[in-house]
Amino acid sequence: MSQNGHKVIGTRPIRHDGVDKVTGRAIYGADIQLTGLLHGAIKRSPHPHARIKNIDTSRAEAHPGVRAVVTAHDLPQIADKLADLGEAIVNLRDASNNVLAYGKVLYKGHAVSGVAAINLHVAQEAVELIDVEYEVLPHVTGVLEAMEDGAPILHEDMKTTSMGEETDKVSNVANHFQHKMGEPDDGFAEADVVIEREFTTQTVHQGYIETHNATAHWNEEGQLTIWTSTQGAFSVRDQMSEILQMPVSKVKIVPLEIGGGFGGKISVYLDPVAALLSKRTGHPVKMTMTRDEVFEGTGPTPGSYLKVKMGATSDGRLTAATAYMAYEAGAYPGSPVGAGAGCIFTPYDIPNVQIDGYDVCVNKPKTNAYRAPGATNAAYATETVVDEISEKLGVDPLEFRVKNGAKEGTRRADGPVHPRIGCIETTEAALNSEHYRSSLAKSGNGKVRGRGVASGYWFNFNGGRSAISVSINPDGTINMLEGSTDIGGTRASIAMQLAETIGLEATDIKPYVVDTDSIGYTDVTGGSRTTFGTGYAAHATGQALIREMKERASKLWDVPADAIDFEDGVFSYRDDAEKRGSFKELASQAGDAGGPVVAQVSTNPDGSGGGAFATHVVDVEIDRETGKVDILRYTAVQDAGTAIHPSYVEGQMQGGVVQGIGWGLNEEYIYNDEGSMTNASFLDYRMPTTLDLPMIETIIVEVPNESHPYGVRGVGEVPIVPPPAALANAIYDATGVRLRDLPMSPPRVQKALAENGG
Amino acid sequence: MHAFDYATPESVADAVVMLSDQGKNACVLAGGTDLIVQLRENRRRTDLVVDVKRIAELNALSYDAATGVTIGAAVPCYRIYGDAEIAAAYPGLMDAARLVGGTGIQGRASLGGNLCNASPAGDTIPPMIVLSGEAEIAGPNGTRKVAVEDFCTAPGRTVLEVGEFLVSLHFPAPVPNSGAFYRRFIPRNEMDIAVVGVGASVVLSEDRSSFVSARIAVGAVAPTPLFVREAGDALAGQPVSDESIQRAADLARDAARPISDMRGTAEYRKHLTSVLTRRVVEGAVQRAKE
Ligand SMILES: Cc1cc2nc3c(=O)[nH]c(=O)nc-3n(C[C@H](O)[C@H](O)[C@H](O)COP(=O)(O)OP(=O)(O)OC[C@H]3O[C@@H](n4cnc5c(N)ncnc54)[C@H](O)[C@@H]3O)c2cc1C
Repeated sequence: MSQNGHKVIGTRPIRHDGVDKVTGRAIYGADIQLTGLLHGAIKRSPHPHARIKNIDTSRAEAHPGVRAVVTAHDLPQIADKLADLGEAIVNLRDASNNVLAYGKVLYKGHAVSGVAAINLHVAQEAVELIDVEYEVLPHVTGVLEAMEDGAPILHEDMKTTSMGEETDKVSNVANHFQHKMGEPDDGFAEADVVIEREFTTQTVHQGYIETHNATAHWNEEGQLTIWTSTQGAFSVRDQMSEILQMPVSKVKIVPLEIGGGFGGKISVYLDPVAALLSKRTGHPVKMTMTRDEVFEGTGPTPGSYLKVKMGATSDGRLTAATAYMAYEAGAYPGSPVGAGAGCIFTPYDIPNVQIDGYDVCVNKPKTNAYRAPGATNAAYATETVVDEISEKLGVDPLEFRVKNGAKEGTRRADGPVHPRIGCIETTEAALNSEHYRSSLAKSGNGKVRGRGVASGYWFNFNGGRSAISVSINPDGTINMLEGSTDIGGTRASIAMQLAETIGLEATDIKPYVVDTDSIGYTDVTGGSRTTFGTGYAAHATGQALIREMKERASKLWDVPADAIDFEDGVFSYRDDAEKRGSFKELASQAGDAGGPVVAQVSTNPDGSGGGAFATHVVDVEIDRETGKVDILRYTAVQDAGTAIHPSYVEGQMQGGVVQGIGWGLNEEYIYNDEGSMTNASFLDYRMPTTLDLPMIETIIVEVPNESHPYGVRGVGEVPIVPPPAALANAIYDATGVRLRDLPMSPPRVQKALAENGG
Repeated sequence: MHAFDYATPESVADAVVMLSDQGKNACVLAGGTDLIVQLRENRRRTDLVVDVKRIAELNALSYDAATGVTIGAAVPCYRIYGDAEIAAAYPGLMDAARLVGGTGIQGRASLGGNLCNASPAGDTIPPMIVLSGEAEIAGPNGTRKVAVEDFCTAPGRTVLEVGEFLVSLHFPAPVPNSGAFYRRFIPRNEMDIAVVGVGASVVLSEDRSSFVSARIAVGAVAPTPLFVREAGDALAGQPVSDESIQRAADLARDAARPISDMRGTAEYRKHLTSVLTRRVVEGAVQRAKE
């Protein structure tokens, strides 16, 4: 029995998909083999910005091994239309042009044509035989340069929307919005300490190990089936339906195991091209990206420029804050600046706030969601300014955060009022942690050490649509079909919630992630919604099963259903102690009383996804001569609401921290003057390896989310938010030098220390 | 990747014939940890791959305390550091052999391949230079010998002529009171390419208070791994001191001609050359004293 009277929730059973994954039996997209399979490859733009004057596919088509070549002209032209894909709103015309460029290419790596051939080598050879004539245009890759008057314009027809109104100005700024609360000027006037700083961050990629893939089969009846790696099979179905202008009923998406997504596997890239090639050839067509295609042709998260100003009184109260946030959208509008603005000051209760956000197009890949999209950039700015203010005031930075922490009833600058949240509880847990209370030993080898802290917030999306379909086996086990693809242990966390509800063990539930024809519409696995939202559906399914089993028992025992109780996993008739049975016992007979027992439930809860807060503590050691930062110890503290499977909560926290460390210390898209990424491989795009990290320690705080029957809050995203700021604060503590540009890579750190005598 | 033929000659003579016949479009395969990647990524095109791993001379590994060690050009790193005697005699070379890639890569990667690949950042090349390595080359006109420091001529280019290939590497036996050391700087702790790599070997006086001679070589700061003769010479006859070592480090820095790229700016690389040279000479001195 775990805490809170739960039997299954809070325990750590082995995940249902674990053995298949560690033994290599799990089926991923690249494993798909079909009879008559053709292999596809993509022709990509070598230029960051150019007009396509002509595409000549004749040489490729003449190759004996080539079966079909397609370009944007094979896609239906669609009008401007906005669609919500789960983590972001997308203009479908842009989505189509991103799949195959029409008229212009907007970044190096932009797809212009697709080929299907008898094998991959022929397909790759044929790509070189496609002749594209370009008129090269000036390009712009930096957010501030792109905002300047006279910058090269990506979309000649795009007028800036400002404060909700379309203006006459054609510029790369797609949108400027503002959130305002109170009177910041008055707030700053009250303050005794005011700090204003500028920050830059670079484009970074989610870096999932499995590259994008899609295998499409368009059969003689016009029915399209796609096997793919995605965070949302139904989202893929919607996108295919819109981009190819075909009814959803003609599209079936089969989601395979997913080797990481982190927000980057929601938009489609290869799927429509594979579908067109299959339609042309009548054969199934498989496409798999190489790593450089993933870097250059999919959606990283943006580089950004931020200016943050915060003020506090001498007794340590925040009085005002303002932020100017300019985020790169990439080739098409839609950066996560809106989400960043919703998070930037949210761990704090500040009466006067103004936030200005700018969504800016640049000649880089269209950005996409990445774990708490927009929030990490924002926290890097806020959390280092808070550190500076705490230092100026001479107060402990965590005590400062507790004193100014957001709580139930605090209003976010973008409008919503917090329900019950664990912001202060999380900060207090960090403050009281053994790590934070320990003293940091001096380095013995001429290096310097320091400690830093930072906090972070992520909304957690509200519920969303989820469907679950179950059938009860005569032995009392349950086959559970779900539409949520499992990217972080959700088969287990959802099955556990069903098991808890009906008094079974986690192993009695057999969860299956199924295709879009086999289950009701389910929103993407994203926004930290799945254990919350699909778990909510699992609880409702359990309730439905209890009702159904009472009906069956009523028939079997010939007693009224409403006189049957269900408690501690046992059904019993109130007036006769003999008439009782566990779920399993009843299951063996239930089929005789009305046919097989099944249930289907769909939910779209309206309560809050919970809101997630995290506070991190890090100790670093710095080689001043080389600028290299080593991490000695790292502790992540986070409110999980209720940790359904604590190991997977810890795993999410550790994974997020590691990605945040990579973002903070080394990861970045490095562009040359030609607008080309020079480090599109894991050799030079430096994600941390196991040798670069200590074991990440975790402390789970549980402040239940009142909108969920078991108190669940999403946990997957917020852990990436604090690390860059925590590292910057630790580097300052060690050296006395503040770094305000990411990544804080060895050359940058060395230079900053040399220039500032650190 | 384009289609190519694959051959496995079993003698040096057969390999020379195959390579000569095919001319420029043939390439030699040792461990393949560079070559296969380059072919797959279309960075290189070939009509014939000549796998030299079945030739006895290319697999030789023999050590003699008087004459030194001979390492066949295709011998993988793990066999080299796996030989206790060789590992004890050439710790400076082991520094590099143990850090190429990782365990899996070291099962295949050879010193010969690292040298013939002629990357300015090849990790085993600076230590091979400072240990006075000599390359034995076979070709249509018989065999010839070239000092390792003269082997690489430009990024990816070597002294090898059409039809020629590397048979083995030879290093003289270590003398008393000598020590060698190699270290590279990378932003992470593994799986990275040297931003700067420095190798040093020193011979100390009998009382170990001064340098008799020294050799210093630097990687990733010029079109080829760089033998900085003047930096080592500046130590000869000098006392072992912070000042003498710093002077050698300054000379190595001055010799460096790095470019700015995604792995570091030229300025940063020059700075690192000085820092690493100092640390590496100190490491070599330490080993000489052990
Ligand atoms: C994951 C990974 C990590 C790596 N890490 C490092 C690292 O840390 N440091 C480092 O320096 N390198 C590293 N490398 C590169 C590579 O492993 C080394 O350069 C290795 O020493 C090459 O040896 P090989 O036997 O595999 O050479 P091959 O790939 O077989 O050959 C390399 C080149 O030399 C030529 N060649 C090989 N043998 C001969 C010969 N006898 N005569 C003439 N030409 C010949 C080949 O034609 C080819 O051009 C790494 C590679 C990978 C894939």
